[in-house]
This record gives sequence, C-alpha cells and structure tokens, in this order.
Amino acid sequence: MTVDTRLCVACKACVLACKAENAVPDGFCRDWLVEETRGEFPDLHAQNRSERCNHCSEPPCVDACPTGASHVAGGGAVLVTHDKCTGCKACIAACPYDARYVHPQGWVDKCTFCLHRARRGEKPACVSVCPTFCLEFGDLADPDSDVSRRLRERRYKVLHPETGCGPNVYFLE
Amino acid sequence: MGYTRREFIRIAGAGAGAAAAGSGLASRWWGADGDPVPDPGTDGDKVVPSFCELCFWKCGILCHVKDGRVTKIVGNPKHPLSRGRLCPRGTGGTGLLYDPDRLKKPLVRANGRGGQSFREVEWSEALDRVADGLKGLREKYGPESLALYTHGYGGSWFKHLLRAYGSANVAAPSYAQCRGPREAGFRLTFGQGVGSPENTDMENARCITLLGSHLGENMHNTQVQDFALALSRGAGLVVVDPRFSVAAGKADHWLPIKPGTDLALLLAWIHVLLAEGLYDRDYVDKYAVGLDKLREHVADKTPEWAYTATTIPPEKIVATARFLAGARPASLVHPGRHVTWYGDDTQRTRAIAILNALLGSWGRRGGFFLPAQLPLPKYPYTHYGTEPKPPADAAKGRVYPFADETIASGVCDASIPGTADYDIKGWLVYGTNLLLALPEPEKTRKAIQALDLIVAIDVLPAEITGWADVVLPEATYLERCDELDAPPWRVPFAAVRQPVVEPMYDSKPGWWIARELAHRIGLADYFPWKDSVEYAMQRAHAAGLDCDAMRRDGVVVGAPAAVTIEDGVEPVFDTPSGKIELYSQPLADAGFDPLPNFTPPEEPPPGMFRLLFGRSPVHTFGRTTNNRFLSEVASTNELWLNRRAADELGLADGEQVVVVNQDEVRSEPLALRATQRIRSDCAYMVHGYGHDAPGLRFARGRGANDTRLVTRTKIDPLMGGTGMNVNFVRVERRQP
Repeated sequence: MTVDTRLCVACKACVLACKAENAVPDGFCRDWLVEETRGEFPDLHAQNRSERCNHCSEPPCVDACPTGASHVAGGGAVLVTHDKCTGCKACIAACPYDARYVHPQGWVDKCTFCLHRARRGEKPACVSVCPTFCLEFGDLADPDSDVSRRLRERRYKVLHPETGCGPNVYFLE
Repeated sequence: MGYTRREFIRIAGAGAGAAAAGSGLASRWWGADGDPVPDPGTDGDKVVPSFCELCFWKCGILCHVKDGRVTKIVGNPKHPLSRGRLCPRGTGGTGLLYDPDRLKKPLVRANGRGGQSFREVEWSEALDRVADGLKGLREKYGPESLALYTHGYGGSWFKHLLRAYGSANVAAPSYAQCRGPREAGFRLTFGQGVGSPENTDMENARCITLLGSHLGENMHNTQVQDFALALSRGAGLVVVDPRFSVAAGKADHWLPIKPGTDLALLLAWIHVLLAEGLYDRDYVDKYAVGLDKLREHVADKTPEWAYTATTIPPEKIVATARFLAGARPASLVHPGRHVTWYGDDTQRTRAIAILNALLGSWGRRGGFFLPAQLPLPKYPYTHYGTEPKPPADAAKGRVYPFADETIASGVCDASIPGTADYDIKGWLVYGTNLLLALPEPEKTRKAIQALDLIVAIDVLPAEITGWADVVLPEATYLERCDELDAPPWRVPFAAVRQPVVEPMYDSKPGWWIARELAHRIGLADYFPWKDSVEYAMQRAHAAGLDCDAMRRDGVVVGAPAAVTIEDGVEPVFDTPSGKIELYSQPLADAGFDPLPNFTPPEEPPPGMFRLLFGRSPVHTFGRTTNNRFLSEVASTNELWLNRRAADELGLADGEQVVVVNQDEVRSEPLALRATQRIRSDCAYMVHGYGHDAPGLRFARGRGANDTRLVTRTKIDPLMGGTGMNVNFVRVERRQP
C-alpha cells in the first residue's frame, strides 16, 4: 500500500469507512491519522499520514504469537485467525506500530487490507472511499501496478525502518 | 511461508471492480492458504441509491441494508458529485439514523419558552396546534408575518407551503451568515454567482489560490477530490491564511496574512498584474469594461503599501502575483465559501472576481466552468396567486440593494416588534439550529420570546427545539424521498433521494408534514400528489428522464456538455454592460465604491486575540456533533493559540482554558492547542461544538460554542451579511 502524504488532508474518511466496512466496535479503529508539524512559525512543514498495520515482511507479531493465530497469509498479508487467538497480547507488545487491539469478543484485531474485498477484485474500504486519492493498494511484484509506479516515481519512506521488520506501507513524500 | 516479499499484494483487476468472486487471480491469491479473512458481513442484501444530507453538497450514496438495518453507506460511482468516494461524514449517516437521542414523538410545550418542558402528543394534535397557529397568524397579522428558516433539502416542501400561504420570508443562514457576499460580489462582476456546488474547475487548474478557504478541513467531497487531482498533476498552490491550515501545508506559497487585510493583498496583486502587464490582455479587451478606471484605482496600491497592512513582504506579494499569472488562464482564485468576515466581504469578493477576470479564468478550463443543467420542468402546481409582500429582513428604512436572498439575521431582527417594516410573528424552523447558526444569540432569544408561534421540524433535539411551542420529529434523509437534485454542474445530472428504510419511531418525512399542514389550513390544492415519490417521478418523467434508471442508479447523467470557452461556449455576462464589470456602475449608482477599497479593521486590544473559526472535515456545524459514529474521531474542539503567545500567558498545550470575549461572555472550557501553526494575533476554534441542549446527550458539554462569543457583527452594507470575525477574546486558565 502507498499513502501519498502530499494529497492526504487528514479528514479521517478512511478511518470511518474501515469502521463501517469491517464493523469495528465502538472505541476501536484499524487505521488512524497522524498529523505531524515541524518547524517554527512561519517556517513550517506538515505531513499527514493515514496509518495502519504495515503487514511487515518480517513481522514481529507473528514471531511473538504463541498459538500461530498471527500468521503471514497467502499473498503476504499478516492476519489473525480468530479461533486460534487467546487474546494474550504478546503480538500487541511486539508490534512497533501499535496497530492491534483486543476485540471485545476476545481475539486480537487489526487491518486485514480488506482481503475479503480483494478476493472480489475490490480495493480496501479506506482506498475506495478516500476523497483525495492518496491511498493505493496493489501488487508490488507487478511493475505496472499503481503502487509500483508510484514507488518508482516518488520519494518515499516507511515507518520505523530501524526495526528491520520490513513494513509494506509506503509513505510518498 | 512460501511467499516472497516481492509477491506481496496482488489484486485482480486492480480495483476495476469487474473481477467477480471466484475469478482467476483473485481467488488464487487470496485464500490460497485456506484462511481467508472472514467477511465482516456488512454488505447489504439490498443496496439503495440515494443522496447524502450530512452536509448540503448532496453526494450520491449507496446504502447497504441487511435485515432491515443500514449497515454501511458508500459513494455512488455513477454520481458526478461523489464519483464513488465520500467524505468522512457521508459514511456516518448511520450515526444519525440510529442516534438514540432522535426526536421520536411530536412534542408540545408544557410551560414557558426555553423551559425545556414538553409533553408527547399524537401527530393529529400537534398538527392541529400548528395549523391553528398558522391560521391565527394569517387572520391577525397577514400571511407575511410567518417566516421559514430552512437548511437542508427536505425544506423544499415548506418553502412551497410558505409561498402558497403567502409569505416571502424564507431564509437560510447559509446566505447572510456564510456564502452570500461572494454570490453578490461575483454577480456584480460576472453577472452570475458561483452557486453551490461551485463552478470552480479546480481539477484542471494549474494554480489554485485560497484565501482563508481551508479545503480539506472544509470538506466538500467533489471539491476536495478536484483539489487533490490538481495537486497530483502538479498544480501550484497559494494559501493566504493566518493559520497554517491543512491546505497551507501543501502550498508552494503560504502567506500568513494579518486577519482582515486580504483586500489589501488582492489590490496589490491586481496592481502587480497591471503594472507588469501580466494580465490576460485579449480576454480583458474582449470581455471586460472598466480597465482604465481599475488601473488608475490600484496605481497606488503597491506591494509596499499592502505590506504595512498585511505583514506580507512586498517581494513575496510580487512573487506570488507572478506565480498566479504564470498559470493563467488555468489560474483559479477560489471565491471561498464561508466569507462573512469583516463587513466589507462583498467588496473583497469583488476583488477576487476582478483578479480572476484579469487572469482570464472565468469560463476557462481550470478556472470557472460555465455549468450545464438538466432542464427539469416544475411540478404543475396551481398558481400561487398574488405576489407576497417583500421579506422583512432589514431594519425600517434600511435597504441592502445587492442581496440576492433573504437575510436570515434580518428576519430574526424583524421579529423584535417595531424593528422592521412589519413584524414577523411566527417561525417555522426546518433543520436550522438558529441559536448556533445566527450571531448574537441573545438577540435570537429575545426575538423568539416576542413570537406568537414557533414550530421546529427537526431530527434531533437541537437547542432551537427547546424554544419551540411544537416540535415535529422528522424522518432522516435515509427514511424519506425529497425533491430531485439537478444543480448546474460540469455535467448535467438529476439525482433522486429515496427512502432506504422505513421511518423509525413516530417520525414523518417533511413532505408528509407539509402536506398535512396544508390540508389543515385550506391549501390542499397545492399538494395534489400522493407522496413525494409520485411528485419526484412526475418531474423526472416530464423532463423525459428514464425514471426506472433513476430509481435503480440513484442518478441520471446527461450527455457531456460544453462548459468552457475552450469547448466552444461563449460566456454570457448578465450585467448592465453585458460584459465583465471591473468597474461597477451599479455600485457607483447606489452610492458604494465602484472599485474595492481597503479599510483596515479594528485591531484587537493588547492582551486580546481576534477570534476566528472554521470547520472540521468530520462535522457539518453543530448538526453532526451528536453523531456518535462521527464524533468518535472528532468529539470536541480545541482553542488554537500561537505557542509563544500561550507561553507568555503561562498556558500549556492541552490544558483546559476559557475564552472570554470583549463583552465578558465566557466560553465553555476547552483544551488549548498551543501551536506554531497560527499567528500570534488571533485564536481559532472549530465551529459546531459546545452544545447545551439536554437532549443532545452525547454532544452536550463537549468543547466550546464559538457562536456565543460572536456578540457583535459588522454588517455588509451591500447585501446584509453579518461579518463575524470582529470579536476579540482573551484566554484564561480554567478555574477548578
């Protein structure tokens, strides 16, 4: 996934669309907004980021999970199998992005990249709703995909690269 | 794990939406490990297209309904205003529909106004009470003594009712408290206002200039989409704002202007464009009048002159003027939306219009398109009869010659006996929370106390309903069919709002309420249709539209129309000269400045800040702050204050403060946001919070209400707008 921080206006449409699509319980969310300001008046720089689980290539949450509930699914997404999850929160402690929460029904929940939609050829709810077109989702292995093109054309960063966990959400600058 | 990082994320058809479940790549990739993501089950077993009413932009929506409950609302890809996407509010319609605080039964006041004491009654009793009141007003004072305040698309039935009743006093705060001055300013210059949705062709602009307009925070879906599309194609952006807004964060040039001095900057830009010959000479020669007088007028409005007023360095003014001109004619100086600031707002928007004329942007691709509209014949109603008396929306003897619509604040004033040419004695208030929408709320309360009748038609127990004699609970936009929407736009279209679910509780749709009242006061002939669906389809049919397609898709889109000079359209200017009026003879004839002049506004006294307010992308004024779904991500407002100014006051970021205005009105407590993102001479808060209505159990007591602090206004003499950025505040630590 790519997030074009130049376009994002931090409106939170992505947060609410995700909550509606995934019936995320009150008080929780799977994606969120970070508004960062640097500098002193009037020399300022701002960056808005729609953040979520980074679906890492070397996911520490999966390593930390004692039951195998947290796992890397087909295609590379990091998922949680509800009936294997005991809600022990080891994954929550391991995640450098604070992307997980305990669902009131007992399992740990987080962004799934809306794979139930991807299976039908639809983009995740956050990507589909975004009024600024700042989110893009697709196949990094396909050089013609929109995400690959965006990463070729733009400077980008990932969050907390120092952890070495290989995050797969890219923030275009 | 059997997959490499490079194989990550494969999606069939990349969002084309065409790849059905089970086809090719989609099924091979996702679910290959036998552990698909469980479907959250929010897809509806039926999907009803309609259009949104969380704000007034009216985006197309698709409403998913499962087991009789609306599970989610998504953008309608076929609708030109949503193009399949929504702002945060659009998704949040369920938070309104299922708000536990909704008005559920008709209410009749049990004792004095403002006492919040009501008894529940049946519809027949409530309607009879209102009908008796309406008949009484008509007999005692004449039909013009009744006023309607309306904001929202369901208000059309009540507008029609009022016209049939014989009153022209139909007002919305969206004019004289919001976008009115720019309509007047553009009409004076180009012969037509920009309307809503605005005819800005931002998508194709190569340079966008915003003055105080905080797009992204002020969230009109299509406009923000166009803004983002333009930025992604490399459009330049100039943002003039005392606050480092979200838009300012994306700007090539942010001009942190001293509040109230935008007109000086605009005149200096015009000066540079003319002095350096950067304007569109051919366009101006062909379409405009008054260039010589303009040139003479701005001869001394140099960047150096503007610097002293605006605090923007002269070289920055020159550089940005050249930047704007470099992109013309696809250089759009946005007219703004909420522009009732300092009482000279029509003249300021005139300057914006003149600047656009010099850039040659009106009628041009990337400037202002010349909108197309589907012709929709009116319903063949019985003729209304004699013309009603002109609205009582100004003090006795006072005329606002360039007002295009009724002045809501003026109608309120006219309800205080003896103020206007005649007294307003009754109010129907449709979805308009006047105590938060009109400035000087004390005056609003005084006006209400003088009325013979006040009726509120609303979905929620907003503050205004607490003052009503009768409260009529309306069904939400998801439970009713309203008037068709076919606004002037880039492509002509007509959209239908249709009921998604049955009205909950004992709420009724607006059309039903208006028709029932009409029947009771002898105006049944004006409501001959069975219901609003029959009405809407009659109009669609008369326009030759495919009614079935409209109901199935929610919208019928007409053939693409030519909407710019580049497309071959010749602009028509509905002005006395038939041209763009840089110099305005009508203004001169009426005794006003024919060319805009800058007068510095009063400065805040030492220790005080100018109070500014704006929007949250998640909320529409105070209408949505009780919406628990939306408020989960925006439950309160904060007071923005420059960090150094806060330090000097000994106030820390995040602590609770109280804002006190020049008339010693104290705000509700709110958190301080001590930030670098604002000048040190002003304070800012988002409008719509600080409710005190007991029925709004979620919103009550959250944040501060800026309207209470607007105890003075500066009236625009041209069109009666209430300039509201003329209040000063000091900031105090909240006392425990």
